Amino acid sequence: MEKALKRYAPIFVLPTFLAFVIGFILPFLQGLYLSFCKFTTVENAQWVGISNYIAAIKDTSFTDSFTFTLMFTVVSILAINVIAFALALLLTQKLAGTNIFRTIFFMPNLIGGIVLGYIWQILINCILSITAQPLLALNKPAGYWGLIILMCWQQIGYMMIIYIAGLQNVPEDLIEAAFIDGAGKWDALWRIKIPMVMSSITICVFLTLTNSFKLFDQNLALTGGDPNHTTEMLALNIFQTFYARSGMQWKGYGQAKAVIFCALVILISMLQLRATRSREVQQ
Amino acid sequence: MKNKKRWLTLGLVTAMTVTALAGCGGNNGAGSSDGGAEGGGSDAGSGSVYYLNFKPEQDPQWQELAKAYTEETGVEVTVVTAASGEYETTLMSEMGKSGAPTMFQVNGPVGLANWKDYCYDLSGSDVYKELTSEDFALKDGDSVAGIAYVVESYGLITNKTLLDKAGYKVEDIQSFDDLKKVAEDITARKDELGFSAFSSAGMDGSSDWRFKTHLANLPIYFEYQDEGIGTTDAIKGTYLDNYRAMWDLYINNSTCQPSELAAKTGDDSRNEFLNKEAVFFQNGSWEYGNLTKDGTFTDEDLSMIPIYFGVGDEANQGLCTGTENYWCVNNGADEADIQATLDFMNWCVTSEIGTKTMGEDMGFVIPFKNAVESPNLFVKEDVAMTEAGKKPVSWNFPTMPSEEWKNGVGSALTAYAADPSDANWDAVVSAFVDGWATEYELANP
Repeated sequence: MEKALKRYAPIFVLPTFLAFVIGFILPFLQGLYLSFCKFTTVENAQWVGISNYIAAIKDTSFTDSFTFTLMFTVVSILAINVIAFALALLLTQKLAGTNIFRTIFFMPNLIGGIVLGYIWQILINCILSITAQPLLALNKPAGYWGLIILMCWQQIGYMMIIYIAGLQNVPEDLIEAAFIDGAGKWDALWRIKIPMVMSSITICVFLTLTNSFKLFDQNLALTGGDPNHTTEMLALNIFQTFYARSGMQWKGYGQAKAVIFCALVILISMLQLRATRSREVQQ
Repeated sequence: MKNKKRWLTLGLVTAMTVTALAGCGGNNGAGSSDGGAEGGGSDAGSGSVYYLNFKPEQDPQWQELAKAYTEETGVEVTVVTAASGEYETTLMSEMGKSGAPTMFQVNGPVGLANWKDYCYDLSGSDVYKELTSEDFALKDGDSVAGIAYVVESYGLITNKTLLDKAGYKVEDIQSFDDLKKVAEDITARKDELGFSAFSSAGMDGSSDWRFKTHLANLPIYFEYQDEGIGTTDAIKGTYLDNYRAMWDLYINNSTCQPSELAAKTGDDSRNEFLNKEAVFFQNGSWEYGNLTKDGTFTDEDLSMIPIYFGVGDEANQGLCTGTENYWCVNNGADEADIQATLDFMNWCVTSEIGTKTMGEDMGFVIPFKNAVESPNLFVKEDVAMTEAGKKPVSWNFPTMPSEEWKNGVGSALTAYAADPSDANWDAVVSAFVDGWATEYELANP
């Protein structure tokens, strides 16, 4: 049986592999090539060498948006994972109605980012207006915290489900044994539960890290980068480079930024994976 | 158990197949939209037309016009309309495909900078000869890269009924000072009258172009007039004080607090005007349909007056009239398709059905010799003003160096509206003047 499976593996993989090549590998290579070109459409690219990369790095709006993205990512990873884990702990207790709560907490994840962005924009603007603060378009701190609240609201439910699955896999007898040996609830959490769900933590941190780093829809809808590009994250900055500028050369700059961005996301998530994986324990 | 497993396997296989097919399906779907153009292109030299339309409001009319042309001549015409605000992105991806649009549009010299390598020289075409004035051709050196197909006007759309209630007539407003006097008087009696002078000057993305682009055209226009130029690499900002005065007037005599403008949308502003909460609404002739379609307003209620700016000969100032819509023909298309496209363009502006559809159904004023009169009130008023010797303000905003420049000015205007201090106005001036030079240099290295 296993042999037969192995023999036919390529056939089963083929459709997905083809789709992957057509939909991902080829465009990626073409994108890489275009980042060294000046172009309007993919057809009329002229090779210009690394000048696009120089322009991209020199562009202060790009470095500013990198800083902003980093600040956003750090806070949102912490907030999302801590709250999601706490909720998961709460909802794995034997309480009435846990299933209903799980469903409700998961629901925001089913709404698209753009829609969420506009809904939260209205909510936050309302509150700012009542408290006589400058509205979102003029208020960088509000934009920053608004993005974090929005991201938390959307992602916590999803991460919570992953943590719940992890926590349910922690063997009961292990915890019972610990209690018999005199461990308190706190010890059981820190010394048994957390090490045992380390693989869930790896996944959740990876997901929140990449999602926050690549955030686009929510950023576009909630703040649109206002005031004056100060709440513009990397993806939106690339988009603006492409479409808010005139002149052919900007497309190349945008493309170079996109390649740098891609490399950054890969690099940072690799580092994170390595860091959290090393702490995983085998059951 | 075994049976269950078999069903599960079957289910999974179905899911996989469906996913794989859905992928292909997507491709087919996308292919068929330009398939018309490609398919037509292959049939023996007759050529076909693929028009990527910019104006979503007129999509149904374009589809009908295309159908009528196909019935009359047998030439296939595909009209695809890009979603609002997505024209550049759509055009970019469509132009990269086989079966690219044969006919597309740019918004003027700055838009042309991106696309000039794709523009067929229209100087020898019939449609070019149909233009009423050379001014409506967009030139790139000696070649004619684009042809304007619609002329529009904007100004202050006025609710005459409300103005009457406030005790004024449209004729009372002949200058910026008159406008200021009327607006401030209405604000002073706001509670008694139950309406405001101006609908909200919203700075949300759906509305901010009315001020960062359209209103900003006036200081640029008057400066260009002074200098006798049509474009520049560095604006001086001679008339920015007038711009400030006008902006102050808008934000201080509006339906809402200036600090709330940052979040007000285009719909908010229009609805305030439709609900008779404001007398003036800065917008253009394209709003005519929205204002009259439900019978809220008739031609008797409305009028469009010039945006008086306190500069020059105000008594003879007309509406802001011009175009930012130029047809271009893709020079990368097949010979036959190019010819078919030129024929189609010419037919649109010369044939009875073409001119009628463009003039009456789309409500356009088209700058071609055979144009029919548009039923649009604002357009008629523009014609009447020009005939009475008033000088229309030309559209110079297509020479603004980039979208980024507009965003910078818009951002600064929003901040100023929330806190109208001198320091905040200096930021507007800086975005306007310094921003222009920087952006111009970045766009033209």
